[in-house]
Amino acid sequence: MAEIDIGQYALDGSIAGAGPPLLFLHGGDYVAQNGPVLDRLARHWQVTAPRHPGFGHSERPDGCRTVDDLAYLYLDWLDRQQDGGAVVVGSSFGGWVALEICVRSVAKISGLVLIDSLGVKFGGREERDIADVYALPEDELRRRTFFDAARVLPDYALLGDGELTAIARDREAAALYGWRPYMHNPGLRQWLHRVRVPTLVLWGDNDGIVTPDYGEKLCSALPSARFERIAQAGHYPQIERPDAVADRIEAFVQENRR
Amino acid sequence: MMHTWHFSEMAYHPAWPHLDQSYRVIVPNRLYDPKIGADLYHRYLDEWALCDELGINIMTNEHHATATCSDSVCTIPMAILARETKKVRLLALGMPIGNRNDPIRVAEEYSMIDVISRGRLEMGFVKGVPFEISPANTNPADLSGRFWEAYDLILKAMTSHDGPFNWEGAHFQYRSVNVWPRSYQEPHPPVWTPVGSTESATEAAARGMVIGVLNTGWVRTPSIFEAYRKKAREAGHEPTPDRLAYMALIGVGRTRDEGHRRADQILDYSRTSGIVAPQFANPPGYASPRATAQMLKSGGAMAARATRVQTKDGHPINPRTMTVDEAIDAGLSFAGTPDDVYDQLKAFYDHVGGFGHLLMMGQGGHISHEDTVDNLTLFSKEVLPRLKELG
Repeated sequence: MAEIDIGQYALDGSIAGAGPPLLFLHGGDYVAQNGPVLDRLARHWQVTAPRHPGFGHSERPDGCRTVDDLAYLYLDWLDRQQDGGAVVVGSSFGGWVALEICVRSVAKISGLVLIDSLGVKFGGREERDIADVYALPEDELRRRTFFDAARVLPDYALLGDGELTAIARDREAAALYGWRPYMHNPGLRQWLHRVRVPTLVLWGDNDGIVTPDYGEKLCSALPSARFERIAQAGHYPQIERPDAVADRIEAFVQENRR
Repeated sequence: MMHTWHFSEMAYHPAWPHLDQSYRVIVPNRLYDPKIGADLYHRYLDEWALCDELGINIMTNEHHATATCSDSVCTIPMAILARETKKVRLLALGMPIGNRNDPIRVAEEYSMIDVISRGRLEMGFVKGVPFEISPANTNPADLSGRFWEAYDLILKAMTSHDGPFNWEGAHFQYRSVNVWPRSYQEPHPPVWTPVGSTESATEAAARGMVIGVLNTGWVRTPSIFEAYRKKAREAGHEPTPDRLAYMALIGVGRTRDEGHRRADQILDYSRTSGIVAPQFANPPGYASPRATAQMLKSGGAMAARATRVQTKDGHPINPRTMTVDEAIDAGLSFAGTPDDVYDQLKAFYDHVGGFGHLLMMGQGGHISHEDTVDNLTLFSKEVLPRLKELG
């Protein structure tokens, strides 16, 4: 664990590897399960993976209440990066944060990777674009979230109090930022043309939280994006298929260097 | 003296035979027949109206999207009873102000009822059980902050008499708060809140609120009352018995069997009240991270809820199958002849160090109107006079 200082914020998280900067923005749950993909990415990048304010053991100052606040916080971090900028990878809720960053400024971003991102509303008022994770029975939630939940889910009974408290705080913070409007910003779609940066939209083939169809709509709404599916993966393909996801990210960044 | 309040959740029990895993949140209202519902509403209101003659005060509450309680707006029966009754006091316990989007509307409703009843309102503010979050779609992760800001705003609105004031808080923004009418009681009707833990008792004590302790029983109630008394003294509020209320399911009969039969029917409240689809039992942020961590470790919120009712010697009781004897042992119910009821109540009273209000669930489950009327009448004639010594 590392402490990542951004202005007055001291965030829990990890910094690993050497190379150009990559910022990894996690989703609302299963944060610790991102370890393997972060290790892979650390072969080519210096990977900074903060736990968002209020998540894990990161403090959340009273003034930090919205995804907007998270976007400005990470823009402060990006401002400190070298001129070439950083690769930003956002999973699920973290994808929403990444989009909010990019509609404000991509000046310090060399590439954007969205993995089963939330944040945008495409359907009508009676359509649910994003499955209600707070209302689904546990079995169905697991089926929709993972291709093979048994392989990746932790046995909570075996975890220590510190880890369990961190998970409880993850869930609380995700609700705080994303409860209503539910995991999206109604105004975000109209500004997606501002995401003027090479973008890779990765999607788990079996995602039942936001379906690949949603991912394709998101890809079409971005000015410079391409869509790729990850087989045998649900809402968190980087957890279920860390090598496949890391391969795609490496290839995408390679291409854009040329 | 101890004050008694008759409480009913106005259950829509005709739907219960059709329900299994959840009585709340996701139950379709096609199971509600408004013709039967109208009869039930009138019947429950008649029972409350009778209390005016019996000298028993009145308590309402509210729940949402549920067949366990068809009182979805606690101030609606109170508005009716404010005019229909003349003497007894009216406790709404209460308004879920962390789940209502407009605190000023709450101040207006309470003020109107207080004026119409000529100053008989007692106003309750509740955080609400976790299952209320989904129907209200309010953010569970900042419920507490919203609750206390709404509380401050409502009390300020009800005690400001010199025209509009400004409120730009974290959760509520108004540029012209000016509540009409003002309340009948000065400076405002008494303030209540239900609590279920030493933590929430402490928060209420710091503000001198009356606490209503519900379903905590023989084992959990003493520490809650003690935490209240300690904090109230520290905060400069004398913790007189009239600051403390305890709810019990009460069945009185001419014989012990009759009293137990009535309690058994009322006990269907306790047997059904907690049946909810597990995903609604602990929305994220509703409980503290530490409490949620413990639930994760021990198999979820439903497992944690299942151990909350205990016998005197600390053994958990399954609330879905609880018998009258178990409920009496747990201190949740006082039942039998008037002597039995008094003796059980007195033993509980002594065990917890005294309290000034008995919240009497005199109707619950599918106990009939006739039994409810007799239950309330017997209580008022045979038990109530003896409560003068308590409280």
